[in-house]
Amino acid sequence: MTTETLIWLIPLPPALAFFLIVLFTNKSKALSHTIAVGAALLSWLGSMIVFVRALGVEHLGEHPFESSINWLPTGDTWLKIGVLVDPLTAAVLFFVAWTVLMIFLYSVGYHNFGQPAGDHDHAGLPPHGATIEEHGHKHVVPSIEPMYSRFFAFIGLFAFGMFTLVVSDNLLTLFVGWEIMGLCSYLLIGFWYGKPSARNAAVKAFMTTRVGDVFMLLGIAYLYSATGTLSFREIFTEEVLHTLATIPSGVLGLSAAGLIGLLLFIGTVGKSAQFPLHVWLPDAMEGPTPVSAMIHAATMVSAGVYMVIRMFPIISLDEKTMAIVAFVGAFTALFAATIAVAQNDIKRVLAYSTISQLGFMIAALGIGAYVAAVFHLITHAFFKALLFLGSGSVIHGMEHGVLHTGNHKVDPQDMFNMGGLRKKMPITFWTFLIGGFALSGFPIITAGFWSKDEILADAFGHGHIFVFATLAIAAFMTAFYTMRQITLTFLGEPRTKEAEHAQETPWTMTTPLVILAFFAVTYGWVGIPEHFPLLGGLVPNWLHEFVGGTLAEHPEAVEFSPWPLITSFVVALGGLFAGWLVYRNINSPAEDKLQISFLKNKYYFDEIYDYIFVKPAIWVSEVLVSAWMDKGFIDGILHIFGPATGGLGSFIRNKFDLPVVNRFFGDGTADVTYWFGGKLRAVQTGRIQQYLMFALVVFIAVGAALYFFLLA
Amino acid sequence: MIPLSWYLILSAALFSVGLFGVLSRRNAVAILLGIELMLNSVNINLVSFWRYGDVTQMAGQVFAIIVFAVAAAEVSVGLALVISVYRRRNTVIADEIDLMKW
Repeated sequence: MTTETLIWLIPLPPALAFFLIVLFTNKSKALSHTIAVGAALLSWLGSMIVFVRALGVEHLGEHPFESSINWLPTGDTWLKIGVLVDPLTAAVLFFVAWTVLMIFLYSVGYHNFGQPAGDHDHAGLPPHGATIEEHGHKHVVPSIEPMYSRFFAFIGLFAFGMFTLVVSDNLLTLFVGWEIMGLCSYLLIGFWYGKPSARNAAVKAFMTTRVGDVFMLLGIAYLYSATGTLSFREIFTEEVLHTLATIPSGVLGLSAAGLIGLLLFIGTVGKSAQFPLHVWLPDAMEGPTPVSAMIHAATMVSAGVYMVIRMFPIISLDEKTMAIVAFVGAFTALFAATIAVAQNDIKRVLAYSTISQLGFMIAALGIGAYVAAVFHLITHAFFKALLFLGSGSVIHGMEHGVLHTGNHKVDPQDMFNMGGLRKKMPITFWTFLIGGFALSGFPIITAGFWSKDEILADAFGHGHIFVFATLAIAAFMTAFYTMRQITLTFLGEPRTKEAEHAQETPWTMTTPLVILAFFAVTYGWVGIPEHFPLLGGLVPNWLHEFVGGTLAEHPEAVEFSPWPLITSFVVALGGLFAGWLVYRNINSPAEDKLQISFLKNKYYFDEIYDYIFVKPAIWVSEVLVSAWMDKGFIDGILHIFGPATGGLGSFIRNKFDLPVVNRFFGDGTADVTYWFGGKLRAVQTGRIQQYLMFALVVFIAVGAALYFFLLA
Repeated sequence: MIPLSWYLILSAALFSVGLFGVLSRRNAVAILLGIELMLNSVNINLVSFWRYGDVTQMAGQVFAIIVFAVAAAEVSVGLALVISVYRRRNTVIADEIDLMKW
């Protein structure tokens, strides 16, 4: 099979799995997850083959694997549908395939496959546990998710969207994959639709990303009208880029390239939950944890960053756009990190951490650090997927404890209810520790250090001191809240009975953790800068060479400077140490000095948006449209028409229908018939001989008439 | 041989006598008798047409037998009705049995 054919086939197995599960195997849980995981495995296999083949090609950036067919005719050109694997795609495909496969596998364990059906579980609500009798006494065990098959169908479709987005060679199919994921994220966040909070979160996520998507669609439309094509390879030629850079757009003094870049970037702001469209992502934690991992690490939010990285040649044409990108990224990185410090829900901390880390990538892109952005995108996908899956494992273990004690008031996601879990859940603890250290950028060993250090080095080296300082503070806070999380969750002694009875999760959940932990450490080693003291040059800086080749101009590696390195060391280690120091003895939220209501309530952004957008929208619909327009104006008109028609009707009835039709035609006919009948009834004498006499007379008369007329 | 028309004249005369009886007699039993006369005049017709037509075809005689059977049945039903009416209303005068009057 040629590589091009293989690339076409990569996205298809999960889509096929979706249809198979929905149409045929919905009843069988085992068959459904076999199909879904098998499909993920096929896509993974295809991706790995493509990745390996891509490694073997020299100058892949100039001669990528590509293939396309005409799709929709538009005037004299065609909108094409096609695939493209250049170094960037290959690198992204690698981590997407791995994380997707791991998440699929993890979901099997997370949804309690192999456990009995719950005592009173309902579709649309999380499983509550089942009572079983063993060794003569009853106890409660986790129960299987009631909508198990449906979950695998959805994540299959989701994976299809992501693979489509990654391998597509033009913005249109990328946008198609993008929107498929948008839909799936809505469906999956609202997976437990029986909970009002999940429903609201799903709607919120969908509506918020829609804002970004509309702008993105505008950007795509503008790009198409300006260049006549949406294929990356055709847009990123020197002359097209030059034209785009020189046409003024007439908006804010931006060039066409600048405006297109800005519009596309707003799409990313929605999808990757950047300020000010970040509000949906923490709420999206209502979904099952594998979904959180998928949406927040491997696929959807990465897709946003992937898109801006992909469109980097256009975005980088206009300095104003780049400045906006850098500002939004850096601001989000710091802003989200400060909120994460005050969150107590284990998944919400990670959600804000994700927003913050995505800010790092966006900021890196905004200062032109292309390779660093890709690097951090990949390492982040690995360690954040690991952390989310790890947190899911922790929650699972805690739920086990809750089932054991039967006290359902204990929130298994609240970190203050945990503590000491390192002994109960050793695999989860060690992998979570690796993921946490990678997130904090623990020096030298972890992947997060190398990617984050590269961003900082680029910011410093290119003279963006403001961005550098912001990101450094954000990195410090990242390390701080990560250590806070690890300390509260795993270290110390159990703070509740539930935590005492927590249990390690099954192999389907721990295996993905171990594999992802492996990448969270080793993936950093492929991108060690060549001028790094001692270690530089030991391993060639493969990532820079490979991914850098995507661009027409190979990006220069930034010159080595000790300051960003020292900063990286200090903020990572300092943050980790500070986090441990502060939280090692804290046992309740009351003792936590950082539970500032301002941070805890996320700077009141939800409330502000509620006042600015939601309340007016409700006012417009309920008061303006419903009460005034509909009930007042339109119903008013109707209330005029109603009586008018009624009056006309009763006039016709009284003046025409009743006298003419009823009295004259109706009753008249009846009266005449009645009178005639009355006269005629005297004939009915009841005397048989009279009747016979009549009959005889008629017979003779008829006979005579017949004789006279016919025979004579 | 006596010409066919004589039989037909006899038959017509008999039919007219029967019809007159049916229309003019007041007694219900007499009306039934009139009906019998009319039926038998028809029988004369049937048999004489058979005799003067194709003798090998038995249809005329068969019809005559069927008419006997019908007449017997009709008379028995008719007399039963007359008896039933007499028991209830103590009369057999047709004019007085005018229950079906308007």
